[in-house]
Amino acid sequence: MIRVQTEDFDIGAEVAALSKDRHDIGAVVTFSGTVRDKTGDLLALELEHYPGMTEKELVRIEREAQERWPLEASLIVHRVGRLAPGENIVLVVTASAHRQAAFEAAEFLMDYLKTRAPFWKREETASGGDWVDARDSDDTAAARWTKK
Amino acid sequence: MKLLYFAWVKQKTGTAEEDVTLPPEVTDVTGLIDWLRRRDEGYEAAFEDLKVIRCAVDQEHADLNASIAGAQEVAFFPPVTGG
Repeated sequence: MIRVQTEDFDIGAEVAALSKDRHDIGAVVTFSGTVRDKTGDLLALELEHYPGMTEKELVRIEREAQERWPLEASLIVHRVGRLAPGENIVLVVTASAHRQAAFEAAEFLMDYLKTRAPFWKREETASGGDWVDARDSDDTAAARWTKK
Repeated sequence: MKLLYFAWVKQKTGTAEEDVTLPPEVTDVTGLIDWLRRRDEGYEAAFEDLKVIRCAVDQEHADLNASIAGAQEVAFFPPVTGG
């Protein structure tokens, strides 16, 4: 399941909902990303996205993870709009019978999300706003999944 | 055809969304970019460095040499930075 929303999410509640009444799950991995103030003067992080394509791309990414690993359940939640330092940005949850698939699929989902899902971050400080540059290391991280 | 712009591409073109009627010789993304660049200095600035331009045709990632024949919607944006 995927969701794009402005409101915050509760990691515990999301995991509970995902695994409710399920006895086939032996491992749940969660990753959450939060707003980091790198320079000490961040006022807010503005998350822009491409409504329509964002949801389609997240569905494509999730489907690919489900084809590659034996997942019992998965969830991607990504926030958009204006976020303060320390706030949640993204949540990925993967559930499987065993931990290896859950760990790997969570990493894959984040690597693909970071390089394919149409979101853009803009850092707002007292001196103005700056669009965040994409990092080569994210491309490198995503590329390792295509070598298989 | 509907054109969409995001992040700093949107800031430079000064437009989030527009409908355009393209001349018949514009058949791929590169041709579309060339056509847009001739419109004014904002578009020229937005598409100055194509290494940092990504595009989607009908809401799917596409190469800059992709065809736009029959496309409803083309979007231009910088490399994505979500997550």
